[in-house]
Amino acid sequence: MAVVATPGRKAGWSLLNLLVIVYALIPVLWIASLSFKPTSSVTDGNFIPRELTLDNYAGIFATSQFTRALINSIGIAIIATALAVTIGTMAAYAIARLNFPGKKLLIGVSLMIAMFPQISLVSPLFEIERAVGLFDTWPGLILPYITFSLPLAIYTLSAFFREIPWELEKAAKMDGATPAQAFRSVIVPLAAPGVVTSAILVFIFCWNDFLFAISLTSTEASRTVPAAISNFTGSSQFEEPTGSIAAAAMVITIPIILFVLFFQRRIVAGLTSGAVKG
Amino acid sequence: MTVAAPQRPAAGDARRSEGAKAERRLAAWLCAPAVIVMLAVTAYPIGYAVWLSLLRYDLRFPQEREFVGLSNYLAVLTDGYWWSAFTVTVAVTVVSVAIELALGLGLALIMHRTLFGRGTVRTLVLIPYGMVTVAAAFSWQYAWTPGTGYLANLLPEGSAPLTEQIPALAIVVLAEVWKTTPFMALLLLAGLALVPDDLLRAAQVDGAGPWQRLTRIILPMMKPAILVALLFRTLDAFRIFDNIYVLTRGNNGTASVSILGYDNLFKAFNLGIGSAISITIFICVAIIAFLFVKGFGAAAPGSEPEGRR
Repeated sequence: MAVVATPGRKAGWSLLNLLVIVYALIPVLWIASLSFKPTSSVTDGNFIPRELTLDNYAGIFATSQFTRALINSIGIAIIATALAVTIGTMAAYAIARLNFPGKKLLIGVSLMIAMFPQISLVSPLFEIERAVGLFDTWPGLILPYITFSLPLAIYTLSAFFREIPWELEKAAKMDGATPAQAFRSVIVPLAAPGVVTSAILVFIFCWNDFLFAISLTSTEASRTVPAAISNFTGSSQFEEPTGSIAAAAMVITIPIILFVLFFQRRIVAGLTSGAVKG
Repeated sequence: MTVAAPQRPAAGDARRSEGAKAERRLAAWLCAPAVIVMLAVTAYPIGYAVWLSLLRYDLRFPQEREFVGLSNYLAVLTDGYWWSAFTVTVAVTVVSVAIELALGLGLALIMHRTLFGRGTVRTLVLIPYGMVTVAAAFSWQYAWTPGTGYLANLLPEGSAPLTEQIPALAIVVLAEVWKTTPFMALLLLAGLALVPDDLLRAAQVDGAGPWQRLTRIILPMMKPAILVALLFRTLDAFRIFDNIYVLTRGNNGTASVSILGYDNLFKAFNLGIGSAISITIFICVAIIAFLFVKGFGAAAPGSEPEGRR
């Protein structure tokens, strides 16, 4: 629509934009502020800290409780993402490209899993994992993560795969490329953005999980950061662990935020492709 | 995956069915890992949960394990805690999804129409989506803790909102809305992009005001996108756990059904009752999904891959 940018309109939109930005940033800035406050002033209630310190960060990185959890979080999320995207790519290729009976059923089942209440799985998985020795291990968390992120991966990937001009592969072969060459130099570059997008979404899902992380772990062996934070205690029983929790929250938040800002377009495309384009 | 494009021979029934068979076989191999993982980690455990829910099974007295039929369900459904948790969950779901829809629509319109800074707004709005729920929940918790928080200090002296039911639930809704509105807005934005500008201009020429254009053209045309967004968010909100766990631990009448299930399992160690709660939640979610798909005609995402483009 031809909208004339009068000064009034401009001011109005600036105000709205500013509101959105404030909305998005306030809780992040607040937790950042808490993480930089020294213990003496952490309860002063000021949004902007009067004095800054890195003690809280030094504190959490000095304990294995946090560093071990960070390693668990990174390792579990990366392995789960790699496996979910690999398995999801195979299924999504079949859904987007091949005709086979049961395609609707497969889509229906994965849709059901996407909407599944995770708590319903916690009690049986707790029992089963204790019985087979997966409780409080990396695979014990990786398995449910793969399962719950597969629908996401399959949706975003099959939506991307449907957009790929597959005739190019045939054209490359006609021009004398071997199937492997055609796949490597034509299909892979076309499919890569979709695979990267779904990997980002799956990684964020695994990184964010809390319910499985506190239910299926019991020690530092596999506890991830969100679960570890909720178990933080102060250095004495009279001290609230506010600063440590804030610092740990920042450590797991900042990389994801940078990630999200960097891959903004991809994430938007991925989040909406599954839902709107089908 | 060095897979050649499936053969589509032009002539010959035998060859065609041969090609179709090969295609099916390939599809079966490609889908097998996904199907096996999904069934092994959901179908089998949910069946096992149904079985557990029919047992008296207290982890503190494992030798007293015996089949008790539906009495766990009876115990859950005649218990005040379940109905309190159910009411809290439904209330939080309805209120937060309603606010998210309104805010999300506003946000989508801003992202769609703003004259400048569109990229910045679209980028920053993803921050709530990216922030780990537990980290954000702690931010809200400290903000509302008397003495520590900038928001709590705005309240009258001596008030501790997180320790009273209604104010605590309001904060839970706030945390939930903050975190998930961007997702809602993005789904709506995709629907908004499908509304043709020509139509809006024509309506404007015919004298339709902004409000009429919104309610008579934009919203009806966005109905499919709105229903999908509502379905996603309603089912997601119904299983709310992280925010309540961090903000109140479910104290003072703020437990959701997921919190109740968790507590029965990990505080009361009662697998029988805990499983009965799990299965009841599962049935609730199935009913909500059914109502959305059948009642409002929400197209289940992915159900008709070819049809809607």
